[in-house]
Amino acid sequence: MAAAQAGLPVRLESVAGELPLPVFVGITNELEMRYPNHPSTNESQPHILGSLTGSAPHPPADRPVLRHPDTSMDKQEAWSPPRSPGISPPCSPSAYRSYPYGAQRNGTDTLLAYDGKVPGRPSVPQENSSPSHYSLKLQSEQPVITRGASVERLVERAEIDYSDEPWRITEEQREYYTNQFRSLQPDLNALIMGTVAKNFFTKSKLPIPELSHIWELSDVDKDGALTFPEFCTAFHLIVARKNGYPLPETLPATLRPGFVEPGVVTVPPSEATEPLIVFDDNMMPGANQLEMGSVDLQMTSRPGVTAKQDRREESRKPEFSPKRIPDPHEKPIQRVSTLKPDSPQELDANMKSRTRPRSYSSTSMDDAMKKVEEPPTPPPRPQKTHSRASSLDLNKLFQQSGQGSRPSQHSLSAKSGWLPPPPALPPRPPATQIFSFLPSSEKSSQKAVQQPNFADFSKFREEQESSVRGGLSTEDLVPPKSDSTLRHQGHAPQKPVRRKLHPESQSATPPSATPYSAATLTKSTQRPPPKQKREIQMAIRKNRETNAVLTRLNSELQQQLKVVHRERVTLESQLELLRPVAST
Amino acid sequence: DNVCSGELKFHYTVHTSLDVVEEKISGVGKALADQRELYLGLLYPTEDYKVYGYVTNSKVKFVIVVDSSNTSLRDNEIRSMFRKLHNSFTDVMCNPFYNPGDPIQSKAFDSIVSTMMVQAC
Repeated sequence: MAAAQAGLPVRLESVAGELPLPVFVGITNELEMRYPNHPSTNESQPHILGSLTGSAPHPPADRPVLRHPDTSMDKQEAWSPPRSPGISPPCSPSAYRSYPYGAQRNGTDTLLAYDGKVPGRPSVPQENSSPSHYSLKLQSEQPVITRGASVERLVERAEIDYSDEPWRITEEQREYYTNQFRSLQPDLNALIMGTVAKNFFTKSKLPIPELSHIWELSDVDKDGALTFPEFCTAFHLIVARKNGYPLPETLPATLRPGFVEPGVVTVPPSEATEPLIVFDDNMMPGANQLEMGSVDLQMTSRPGVTAKQDRREESRKPEFSPKRIPDPHEKPIQRVSTLKPDSPQELDANMKSRTRPRSYSSTSMDDAMKKVEEPPTPPPRPQKTHSRASSLDLNKLFQQSGQGSRPSQHSLSAKSGWLPPPPALPPRPPATQIFSFLPSSEKSSQKAVQQPNFADFSKFREEQESSVRGGLSTEDLVPPKSDSTLRHQGHAPQKPVRRKLHPESQSATPPSATPYSAATLTKSTQRPPPKQKREIQMAIRKNRETNAVLTRLNSELQQQLKVVHRERVTLESQLELLRPVAST
Repeated sequence: DNVCSGELKFHYTVHTSLDVVEEKISGVGKALADQRELYLGLLYPTEDYKVYGYVTNSKVKFVIVVDSSNTSLRDNEIRSMFRKLHNSFTDVMCNPFYNPGDPIQSKAFDSIVSTMMVQAC
């Protein structure tokens, strides 16, 4: 599931094997990833199922892998049902694993805190899997634990997502990393200094030479500091190492800051990123995908933090113009898709993480989409693509007309490192927003879809809620409708917040029960409005955050100004005193 | 044994060359930030090999020992080798996990050095 979530259908294979549903429950639960994985898995399951067949054989023999096989197999069985069974069986092993981590989990609670936000989401999809609840509970318990949790814990949590492709960063993982990054450096576009990163990673208890090697691999611009992509890479490598994977000699392609092939990305990303970013905020499925594409693109070209910043900024601006986004979306998406074909091929071969979204987008998306619709319970589109599969999502989005390629979007956002409002953000009326969205069945489906994808917690919140609603109303959601519906229903009862959504979702569910095709169509049409709203809301949130930050900055600077003024006055008075002396 | 003695010999050579390096950099009064200052050139030739020196702004010294029979190596090539060495060393330094003074275990650094040496041959 995790794999599915993170990667695109293509990766699903790996995911199936790798992604630890159980991981989520047990160890991964700690990580947000778990939850996101679940949701995404659920969604992606339909997708995954199609592609999972291949994945089953993937699961590595590693412990995380054990879970995967179960998961993958489960997945293959059925989207919704497998999920639970998949989750439950794996849960035991994962649960087993998680116990050891349990202790850490507490530490990771902080992580969970971030996850807590996500739990909303995951809980929804997790309904299927009891284990997921279990993980959710863990997370929800410690909603705000300090991120300060030792890196160790983080690492353990990150284990969850370890699937066949250890070098791919799943969405949940990305969200997790994002939260961690924020704990070190609030600005996602900024750098984490070397010493700060060193202290942080040292907590992971890995030997220094290995950490040194990881640093070498991840600091691609050799500036002694880590940008967000670099940080994700480093963190991911640490997680991998903790999970037993040997460190690679060179940086896996999927972990490169620029997901997209360097060549491909440069131009489109800038454009794509912007629209994508906007979408992320908006949670528009298209946007996410675009972002993902752009993110990837940018990553590869990686003008460094700047690119990301640009994207983010751009995304912020466009947020308010959701309508605009659709257009740019299409373009970037298309671009992304084109780009992706190149990257996916390469990336798929190697690693899952960032590149995944890309690969999915171009070809996988189509396949994913098809698969999604074909399987009886195709997971909501976005989920299939695992937020990462930005490319896929994009395609899907367009195909589905904005159905909820959220997952891809999500991944995009995750990948680009530009997360929509940080999870820490107070859950703005996501619920309220969600409610507004509920009206449109699309929204709910979208949300459900988006949930898995969105790395942002804020999104998660919304998504969760929306997913709840959407789950029920799954109409929009792609094939997984049935699954999502089931899931959502399950989720709805679990989460109190969702409750509001539940009624809506429940009502929505019946409609969602309708054939996917019909729903998708409707969804696509309905979605745009909800998406736009969501985008706007996201944009609003982001702006609020920015305002808060700027206000703080402003006050600090004003204080400094006062101090300087006082000093100046003092000096002037002294000068006055001295002047007569000098003149005489 | 030949290898050991050879290594020992190189170690000895490098150590003695350090004296020459010190002599050169202490003698220069002006700022050593100049690139020319960084490259010390041929420190001293012996019958078997030539020793080139390079000092960084942080007084980290690089010494290259080449076989005297390898006359095809031009001064510019040596300079570029030192530049690459310096860049790789900077990358190693950027790693917060690296403590200055420790033996460098960076694989990237080793690979660059090996490539460079292969090219020189």
